[in-house]
Amino acid sequence: MITPTHYMLLSAALFMIGVIGVMVRRNIIIIFMSIELILNAVNINLVAYSSQLQNAIGQVFAIFVIAVAAAEAAVGLGIILAFYRNKETVNIDEMNVMRW
Amino acid sequence: MAEAIAFYTLAAFILGFAVLVVTTKNTVHSVLFLVLDFLFVAALYVLLEAPFLAAIQVLVYAGGIVVLYLFVVMLVNLKRPPEAHEDPRRLTKIGFGLSVAVLAELAAIAAYSASIPASPAIAPAAVLPVSGNTEEVGWLLYTSYLIPFEIASMLLLVAMIGAILLAKREL
Repeated sequence: MITPTHYMLLSAALFMIGVIGVMVRRNIIIIFMSIELILNAVNINLVAYSSQLQNAIGQVFAIFVIAVAAAEAAVGLGIILAFYRNKETVNIDEMNVMRW
Repeated sequence: MAEAIAFYTLAAFILGFAVLVVTTKNTVHSVLFLVLDFLFVAALYVLLEAPFLAAIQVLVYAGGIVVLYLFVVMLVNLKRPPEAHEDPRRLTKIGFGLSVAVLAELAAIAAYSASIPASPAIAPAAVLPVSGNTEEVGWLLYTSYLIPFEIASMLLLVAMIGAILLAKREL
């Protein structure tokens, strides 16, 4: 019997894997992908409770989360490209100036 | 019973591929593991009776965002990976320990909330004159949540303009 608690634990574990990815890795592209993992974890939680309460509002919220994630990925990757063009690195330890 | 088998299998694959995304040294491999992760999450949505959201997940995430990441990985073609030199100021082990502690705390909260008796019944959703999941989601998007829908479309337009402007060589 799979209760929403199971889905919440799966969502929490996926969230923590994403947070570990953001904190530990230094390649900024991997950090952005870990943020996508975090957003997916939130979506799993929303859809699980939407299924339990039989109300499609959770799925509508998840659609908005997906739209915002797409917009954020596009702009973030544009920033990465602009930064890489100026300073040939994707190591966030070297991305420590706003202007040079 | 079948639902339990499906859930545990999908959960194992989702978490396994997520760990692989975070730990792989090769960036292209990491992106490909992310694609697989998104596809398994879409299968989980099908298990949760949300087929429209599963299709949107495959189209937008696995079909759009991952292609963006692959293009950026291609344009940022590195000769040596960034993790070649470990920065001594990083407290990686403390980060791991804190994450495990937060996960244990979340699991404790989930277990506690599962053990208390169920709350009083929430008011059931309005019965919509629709049949099927896609029509239900569409009905909500176009009547009750029309304003967030339009704001999301404006957000996507602004993001598109911003991304094009940021990636241009000369303004």
